[in-house]
Amino acid sequence: MNYLTRRLIHGIMLLIGASILCFLFADFAPGSFFDEIKLNPQISPETVAALRSRYGLDQPMPVRYVRWAKSVFRGEWGYSFAYNAPVRSLLAVRAGNTLLLTGVATFLAWLIAVPWGIWIAAHPGRGIDRLSMGSTSVLLSVPELVLALGLLYLVVRTHALPVGGMVSLRFDQLGRWSKIRDLATHLVIPVTTLVLANLPIILRHVRSSMMEVLKAPFIQAARGHGISKASLLFHYALPAAANPLISLFGFSMGGLLSGSLLVEVVTGWPGLGPLLLEATMSRDLYVVVGVVMSSTLFMILGNLLADAMLLAADPRVRMQ
Amino acid sequence: MKSIPIGRSSRDEIPRLLRVCGLSVKYGADGQALEAALRQLDLEISAGEVVGILGESGCGKSTLALSILGLLPADARVDGSILFRNEELLGMSEAQLRRIRGAKISLINQEPGLALSPVMRVGEQIAEVIGAHSGLKRKARKQEAEAMLRAVNLTNAGRICAAYPHQLSGGELHRVAIGQALACRPDLVIADEPTRSLDVIVQAEILGVLRNLKQKFGTALIFITHDPALLVGFADRVVVMYAGRAVEQGPSSRMFGRPLHPYTKGLLNLVARVPRRDGSAPAGLLPVIPGGPPYLEALTSGCAFEPRCSRKTEICQSEDPEELMPEAGHRVSCFHHGS
Repeated sequence: MNYLTRRLIHGIMLLIGASILCFLFADFAPGSFFDEIKLNPQISPETVAALRSRYGLDQPMPVRYVRWAKSVFRGEWGYSFAYNAPVRSLLAVRAGNTLLLTGVATFLAWLIAVPWGIWIAAHPGRGIDRLSMGSTSVLLSVPELVLALGLLYLVVRTHALPVGGMVSLRFDQLGRWSKIRDLATHLVIPVTTLVLANLPIILRHVRSSMMEVLKAPFIQAARGHGISKASLLFHYALPAAANPLISLFGFSMGGLLSGSLLVEVVTGWPGLGPLLLEATMSRDLYVVVGVVMSSTLFMILGNLLADAMLLAADPRVRMQ
Repeated sequence: MKSIPIGRSSRDEIPRLLRVCGLSVKYGADGQALEAALRQLDLEISAGEVVGILGESGCGKSTLALSILGLLPADARVDGSILFRNEELLGMSEAQLRRIRGAKISLINQEPGLALSPVMRVGEQIAEVIGAHSGLKRKARKQEAEAMLRAVNLTNAGRICAAYPHQLSGGELHRVAIGQALACRPDLVIADEPTRSLDVIVQAEILGVLRNLKQKFGTALIFITHDPALLVGFADRVVVMYAGRAVEQGPSSRMFGRPLHPYTKGLLNLVARVPRRDGSAPAGLLPVIPGGPPYLEALTSGCAFEPRCSRKTEICQSEDPEELMPEAGHRVSCFHHGS
């Protein structure tokens, strides 16, 4: 069987397993959405019981799981108690917002980290290398929450940028270019936070795998054949150093939905983060499962993408 | 026989292709004990000549190859002079060296499997070297690379060009490495144990290829090996190295016919052991040179070979022998070369 087909089947099994686990854990969690309604003396226990059975919560777990799986195939992904709407329509808007944020941040982080990492790998021990290593180790040890709060503090003091939200209140009255400008200024804080949080990891991976390859005998041999420095770095070393970077790239693709949840909550970005927080607090079961499952799906797709890219990049992987 | 000590200035004035004078290389970072890899090495090679460099592992053979190409690691301290076509290579800028490497002087590596990039097609890697030293267009480079592979007797050059290194056999890889080294028609090729990991039959084929190309292109060749048998009938001159020095050098007929240094004699004894016609093994134990090569950082006064030498006397312990020339072109560093 073809390597990619195998990985695909593997991914689907993983998805099913994850959904069962997710359901189990959600079930184990104490309380349910209707517990708070019960506290309201104006709503009779019969009404609550009727609501529970309408949403199928009186059924045993396996039955609920099957009902949920059926609704996934119908494209509903379950039903939100709080919004009284199918989960998918809720998720779609929020996931779009999250993807805009993480997509821009991931793109920028890679765009900066790859050339920078190659440069410092080619000049290890120099001032710029030490500075990069020092500053990234500081960044790595600072939680992204603190980064976000720090940035917010700066912005609030200087009034340089809008704080919170995705667009201004008068967004609908703006022209097309002003809309883009408005969106961009709102993106700055969460994107900067995410770039600062992800850049050190990518930078260090690029640096270490490039340094490893630059020590390889074939680089020395190519140097001995008079290959220019630029060609050595980009044509010889980079493709040979690419494998761990491709895996990391798949991983960061996989994190597109789940990597920014906290930052969204802190910076007020209307993505999946605030939705998940809210749904967890109110025990809106299927919304929680939906968010977790969609980020799992992204994780698996990201890894599949990495597998496919590895296959394309490395003739030795194609061999086996 | 009269022995004439040779001063460096009294050397012949004929322009040589490569002239290495008093080359010393030490390894070690600042403040640490330095480890000498080469000590006062002198070596000359004329255009089109084949010079065999013979010695055990750790005698400095590979250091010599790397210092000629300016590829020594950053912690190496180099002294002396390396003139290539009367141009000093030591201290040359990286940009100047880049134009010489691969174009004028090139290196055939010990392990071609490791010396080729695992993720680039073989043809592309040869074309890349051609491209680094000529203004040829992409297509012309590729044709040139294929032609080079045919020149090293690879019949299906097209397939090899499109292959990755891990898809080729050891013999094919060695031919590719030779083709790559000769792609820009260099004046000098340094082959650093080019047949080390091969079985005897493939080894002979590879030597044949080298010989052919050398004749075809008129390339001078420095052939580094530990096996004297590979140099017989191939090398014009032989340099025997021991502990970072050339202990004896001369035309190969003299070196193999009448070696002067006890170490050379010992080395040659090791190979002259072919089974007899009737198939029985030669009588007696295989000869050995007792002991092992010295740790170069532990060298004190006296001849470096003295501890292992069968002819040592008192003087060998206290003084380092100077280089002498008992016959024209045949130099040796030993007090007892005559005996």
